[in-house]
Amino acid sequence: MTRVGVITFPGTLDDRDASRAVRIAGAEPVDLWHADDDLRGVDAVVLPGGFSYGDYLRAGAISRFAPVMTSVIEAAGRGLPVLGICNGFQVLTESHLLPGSMIKNDHLHFLCREQALVVENDQTPWTRDFTVGDRITIPLKNQDGQYVADDETLARLEGEGRVVFRYHTVNPNGSRHDIAGICNEAGNVVGLMPHPEHAVEPGFGPDGPQGPRTGTDGLRFFTSVLTTLVG
Amino acid sequence: MGRVVVDVMPKPEMLDPQGKAVARALPRLGIDGFVSVRQGKRFELEVEGPVTEQVLAAAREAAATLLSNPVIEDVVNVAEGQPR
Repeated sequence: MTRVGVITFPGTLDDRDASRAVRIAGAEPVDLWHADDDLRGVDAVVLPGGFSYGDYLRAGAISRFAPVMTSVIEAAGRGLPVLGICNGFQVLTESHLLPGSMIKNDHLHFLCREQALVVENDQTPWTRDFTVGDRITIPLKNQDGQYVADDETLARLEGEGRVVFRYHTVNPNGSRHDIAGICNEAGNVVGLMPHPEHAVEPGFGPDGPQGPRTGTDGLRFFTSVLTTLVG
Repeated sequence: MGRVVVDVMPKPEMLDPQGKAVARALPRLGIDGFVSVRQGKRFELEVEGPVTEQVLAAAREAAATLLSNPVIEDVVNVAEGQPR
């Protein structure tokens, strides 16, 4: 069975939801600990959301130096699929696995909403079960969600098709180019601010076409990695 | 006890939502005339002995690697501070 690691840092909140999403998708979740540099032979890694190390200094800044991140950075270089969600995305930018950074939302408020996104790259291991142009809805909840990067970096991301998700209908935080998620040059490392792991099971997710709380668009992130690894 | 002060500011070209909010609040207190506010961070690093060139070099390294994120921030000052 495909084994997907889920990292817990001090202050991580969504590790159990991420593990549950992995399980519902049909893979085996493997708990990984911030202080342990052993990835336990997993086939992919998820960095979940939360407030690692209390978001002290900057969101994700201190997690970057956790022992487990040394192994994640090394494995990502070898092509291991890595998905960073919300705080996990912030850890990936602080680790220089992904370019740019997140600053405080332009309106300064914590925001929690069901957010529409457009899929712009269906070639990453985390988006293979989507099609470019798909409109999906998953929860978004953060205060430091405004994606920023310099013009040169943005031009490169756009030119190389590395904007994976863009906010649809409304830009909830002032992110440049409406960017919700990006990938690295090789495509195996993906980070996004919204939360796919909260939209994987009818009854617990956002509203969907079948009625209230029926949205399961997030599940395809996790089935995508299975499609990629198992074929 | 020696002290090194490190000041970090958002890059000039970067939006500073916190500074903007402060700037908008000032007129409500009747404090007018400030056309913009930018908010940064100040760190105070203490050592047992005096602040030597070696201590300053270590503080500069800390400033560049952990205390600031060069994508969004500039280290604008690393200098010996006044002891308490």
